[in-house]
Amino acid sequence: TPLTPPLPSVERAPVVGAGDQNLFTSIYPTLSQQLPREPMEWRRSYGRAPKMIHLESNFVQFKEELLPKEGNKALLTFPFLHIYWTECCDTEVYKATVKDDLTKWQNVLKAHSSVDWLIVVVENDAKKKNKTNILPRTSIVDKIRNDFCNKQSDRCVVLNDPLKDSSRTQESWNAFLTKLRTLLLMSFTKNLGKFEDDMRTLREKRTEPGWSFCEYFMVQEELAFVFEMLQQFEDALVQYDELDALFSQYVVNFGAGDGANWLTFFCQPVKSWNGLTLRKPIDMEKRELIQRQEATLLDLRSYLFARQCTLLLFLQRPWEVAQRALELLHSCVQELKLLEVSVPPGALDCWVFLSCLEVLQRIEGCCDRAQIDSNIAHTVGLWSYATEKLKSLGYLCGLVSEKGPNSEDLNRTVDLLAGLGAERPETANTAQSPYKKLKEALSSVEAFEKHYLDLSHATIEMYTSIGRIRSAKFVGKDLAEFYMKKKSPQKAETYLQGALKNYLAEGWALPITHTRKQLAECQKHLGQIENYLQTSSLLASDHHLTEEERKYFCQEILNFASEQTDSPGHKVVLPMHSFAHLRDLRFTPSNAVVHVGGVLSVEITVCSQMPVPVHMDQIAISVHFSIEKNSYRKTAEWLTKHKTSNGIINFPMETSPFPASQNSLPALELYEMFERSPSDNSLNTTGIICKNVHMLLRRQESSTALDTPSGVALDDGAPVLKCCGVTLEPGANTITFRTQAKEPGTYTLRQLCASAGPVCFVLPHLYPLAQYDVYSQEPQLHVEPLADSLLAGIPQKVKFTVTTGHYTVKNGDSLQLSNVEAMLILCHAENKAVIYSNTREKASDASLRVQSSDKVTSISLPAAPAYHMIEFELEVLSLPSAPAAGGEGESTMLGMTEAQRKPKDTQKADHCMATTDHKVSIECPWSIYSTVIALTFSVPFRTTHAVLSAGTRKYIQVCVQNLSELDFRLSDSDLVDTGDSTDLQLLPLNTKSQQHICSRQSVFFVWELTWTREPPPSLRGRFSMEFRPASEERLSISLKPYTYEFQVENFFTLYTVKAEILPPAGTELCRTGSLCALEVSITRLSDLLEVDRDEALTESDEYFSTKLMYEVVDNSSNWAVCGKSSGVISMPVVAQATHRVHMEVMPLFAGYLPLPDVRLFKYLPHHSAHSSQLDADSWIENDSLSVDKHVDDQLDSSSIKSRGSVHSAASSEHKGLPMPRLQALPPGQVFNSSTGMQILVIPSKDDHVLEVSVT
Amino acid sequence: MAVCVAVIAKENYPLYIRSVPTENELKFHYMVHTSLDVVDEKISAMGKALVDQRELYLGLLYPTEDYKKRYGYVTNSKVKFVMVVDSSNTALRDNEIRSMFRKLHNSYTDVMCNPFYNPGDRIQSSRAFDSMVTSMMIQVC
Repeated sequence: TPLTPPLPSVERAPVVGAGDQNLFTSIYPTLSQQLPREPMEWRRSYGRAPKMIHLESNFVQFKEELLPKEGNKALLTFPFLHIYWTECCDTEVYKATVKDDLTKWQNVLKAHSSVDWLIVVVENDAKKKNKTNILPRTSIVDKIRNDFCNKQSDRCVVLNDPLKDSSRTQESWNAFLTKLRTLLLMSFTKNLGKFEDDMRTLREKRTEPGWSFCEYFMVQEELAFVFEMLQQFEDALVQYDELDALFSQYVVNFGAGDGANWLTFFCQPVKSWNGLTLRKPIDMEKRELIQRQEATLLDLRSYLFARQCTLLLFLQRPWEVAQRALELLHSCVQELKLLEVSVPPGALDCWVFLSCLEVLQRIEGCCDRAQIDSNIAHTVGLWSYATEKLKSLGYLCGLVSEKGPNSEDLNRTVDLLAGLGAERPETANTAQSPYKKLKEALSSVEAFEKHYLDLSHATIEMYTSIGRIRSAKFVGKDLAEFYMKKKSPQKAETYLQGALKNYLAEGWALPITHTRKQLAECQKHLGQIENYLQTSSLLASDHHLTEEERKYFCQEILNFASEQTDSPGHKVVLPMHSFAHLRDLRFTPSNAVVHVGGVLSVEITVCSQMPVPVHMDQIAISVHFSIEKNSYRKTAEWLTKHKTSNGIINFPMETSPFPASQNSLPALELYEMFERSPSDNSLNTTGIICKNVHMLLRRQESSTALDTPSGVALDDGAPVLKCCGVTLEPGANTITFRTQAKEPGTYTLRQLCASAGPVCFVLPHLYPLAQYDVYSQEPQLHVEPLADSLLAGIPQKVKFTVTTGHYTVKNGDSLQLSNVEAMLILCHAENKAVIYSNTREKASDASLRVQSSDKVTSISLPAAPAYHMIEFELEVLSLPSAPAAGGEGESTMLGMTEAQRKPKDTQKADHCMATTDHKVSIECPWSIYSTVIALTFSVPFRTTHAVLSAGTRKYIQVCVQNLSELDFRLSDSDLVDTGDSTDLQLLPLNTKSQQHICSRQSVFFVWELTWTREPPPSLRGRFSMEFRPASEERLSISLKPYTYEFQVENFFTLYTVKAEILPPAGTELCRTGSLCALEVSITRLSDLLEVDRDEALTESDEYFSTKLMYEVVDNSSNWAVCGKSSGVISMPVVAQATHRVHMEVMPLFAGYLPLPDVRLFKYLPHHSAHSSQLDADSWIENDSLSVDKHVDDQLDSSSIKSRGSVHSAASSEHKGLPMPRLQALPPGQVFNSSTGMQILVIPSKDDHVLEVSVT
Repeated sequence: MAVCVAVIAKENYPLYIRSVPTENELKFHYMVHTSLDVVDEKISAMGKALVDQRELYLGLLYPTEDYKKRYGYVTNSKVKFVMVVDSSNTALRDNEIRSMFRKLHNSYTDVMCNPFYNPGDRIQSSRAFDSMVTSMMIQVC
């Protein structure tokens, strides 16, 4: 019957056949087979994308009742196309019957305004042959077209021999099918469009009173059916989704107070909760309920979802089913709440549980195992939801309690089971149907447990397999709760520990606290005392708990501690961090260094995290002792130097709520890094390097031993600092430990342990390191100058330091200093000593007695306790010993003036003072050995002397240079000849008054030297002067004068040299560039003397002569010497003998020019022993070659020769030849009378360039 | 209207978590914590695509029976934001959730810019951040 709704996906759109029924029956098989073979493009209205569809149709016989009446909403049974079949080929027959029949058919169609029709004329060749009065083939068709197809000639088609197998038949079929499809589609488009329009109009009326959702539902579902029929599942699904959204919106609006009348029906109390039914394509019962407007909310939702599920499965989207199912279940629960529908307790749980399992089983039914396994992420939510619901059902029905369900629980169970109704027939034969499972689970405690565990384990396993660890742990916690209810704490513990580890690792404080609380209960039941106490201590210090809870857990610990006192030996070791926090530690003395026997106190601040005051039997710090090998390290001095802290060590606060991985990481230590190229130092690379990578990139320990007490080992047997009977108040507590130092060495504080009864809270490592040192020291004496260096000749202060160490200085103990000759210890009437403690704090003043005898100076020390220091100062005076000036003797002995020394030497000597060392041996009362102390004194002065000449008159100059930092006053300077020669007299030209000599300055003294006998003997001079520091007006003692001895020889003038430059003849003045004459005259002043007797002296006929070499040198390059600049002369050794040398020089510059130097040397003949020896110091080396070459003959070199430029190639030729030697004359013997003379040179007239050099 | 706002560090410990009503705080903690599973899953599943599209919003994490929806958001430095929204207020569309997250992100960036804030520490003393979260919780869109 057309009224019964068709089964979707089987039902086709009806095509109504009329006319020759037998004919149709014969053609039908081919037709129904061929029609869907070719797809057709379906162009659609409202801009929807065109689709290719395969048309299939349901052919029914024409009946007038089939035609829809006005206002019919049924689309599925709508006759989309009417076909009239006829085989008529006989005009007579046509006229007689067919035409009438057709007319009648057409009239009926018109009456129902149905315009989709087609007339098919089947032609049969075989039939034709039998007839005699055969008309041309087309005539019948033409007639029909003429009679019925008014302007629509395509509404009549011919089908040739449809049952034959010929190409003509095939062609004819194709043409017919195409036509049929086109017309069918046209009809679909037109009728569907009209239907959709009607439907929209109906939807727009939804605000009108009396509009019914259920009616509208049926209309839109009709459309969905048609789409489904056309296999357009997507479009079909859209229809249901639209209905779903519309309904949801109404519910939400209802919640917001905007209720629709029809919705109140859905608010009827829930009486049945048998879950979703997904195994039938259409749940007819529910559909009828909706149609009759009797469906409850759950009915409507169930039906709607079942349809969506079916379509999604057609679309191969099973995972969307799972996802939508979860959303549906959630929203149903919410909607019932929102609509305030009365639901018996547990009913919804049943419905959800059944629905979850139904969905899962439905999906499992259409997917293989591998697919399911790889899509757990989509289904696990349903598993979890089902587990949750079963759990709450279990609790509701008393299946979790220890005693099992009571009568009330049983009644409730019966009510719930009643709401399930009877099992649906389609699952009746399935063993594992959701219905059966639920019924069984609610039937007994054991069955419930089995089902619940199965579900939970499956869910946990699934979560774990897809990496949703947190969710798995969360389900695990539910399971743990269940186990706790079932009194199997050992099973619960694993789950709780697992979850706790996860929360700890990720630092979730509240879940940690909550889980710990559960764990504490579990451990208590299990009798794990240590674990329980540890968890309790963690909870007692947990600020997320209430004060009462914390007090409870704290009391638990205290109770245990007080109960167990009678059984000694067993200790419960717990980590300290949960109980209290060591904040800081302070040593007194603050450098944490004590001597043996000294008292050290350690003050610690401990923040108790317990909510109540806790009495501890004992608090102890265990100490590790190590003997320091290096004895110096044990001295107070070293330890004081190396420990600059204030004695407070702060311990960083542990931030336990953070995950362990976070706070254990040290901060990045970043440094700049530059890499330069080795060749040119240019920057190659630059960057930042992290110096503590090894710390940061360390592998994280997978298991943080945060809660395992086994990690704490008690340091047994080590020496301890103890404090007994301490009550720790909540918050900061200060505890002081005192100890007397015994063994010297280093003590490291290792563990802090607070114990109450058998319970010990242990902080296993103290970090940063806290150490104190105990030292024992030998008594020591130090002597050091007060100033940077000690100066000889004046009183100087020296500091004595006696470090008593372990020795106690008694009254009468004294230091015995053996006296040194050259060093005096100046004894004052009053000497003060200061006694310091070993921390450099002044302890007392004391007087000091110094007694001096011949050999020994005795210093009696004041009494001082051990580990103290006695400090005092003494004045010492280093006497200038006889050879004190000996250091200077070298130059003195040579009899040469200081001017001849190389400048380098002079400079060097400038900087360092001559020193003398004095060694003092001291006998100390604590030792049988004497201590030897070396004191170095520096001579503050350096003295040099020089002989100055003026013609034949001679002067002695003494230069005193002050090298020290002090200023001095000089007086009573004196120079005496110690040679005791009466021939020599020294006439002072110095001021008599005192002279002030500042630091780093010099004072000159001059004496004229006269003699009575010629030649005068050599002078052995001794210079002496009084000196005293300028800063001190009066000195307590008289100081010895400073002396300086020297010797001067051969200072008598033998030759005078006079040089003169004459302008060229005929001119008044010298001009640059023009040659001038240089006249040099060398005059002998005395007859033969003893000093002349040397190798150069030649004697012939009692006539003595000596060989001299002269040389003209212009160091300032003012002059060009033309021709020979040097020569050897033979000088008669007779008074007033004069030798003149004429030379030509050319001035190079204008102005007053100093004359060139004329130097004189003694020319010694070759001596084999000295053949190659040239005075290396002499400037002659450069110029002597010409000397060698032109020995004796005074040949003029024709070239202009400039000084220093000569390095003749000839030198090599004469190597090995006998060389004469030159010896400088002692400066006293030659007097250059033209030294310092200048001559005016005017610029030459024709010089265009005037060169002026400014130096 | 958000009922719970949480900022979670890269290492998955909470930097900030606040919920209304406060008496059920523990439940929200558990809820946010378990939803990290889905956040992780989403980040790793579409990690590459997210970076390319600069899409930080992770969308709905999963619904729950009590009709509170959890949404996720992840910053480029893998700091996660989880927001539990009372979805009985259906006016709250995806775009609004997105803009709420963006606001949260901006505010979080401000916190990070504070030189006295040590990255990785809990956000405890930022009044601006607190009041922003409060406004998101009260705000009726």
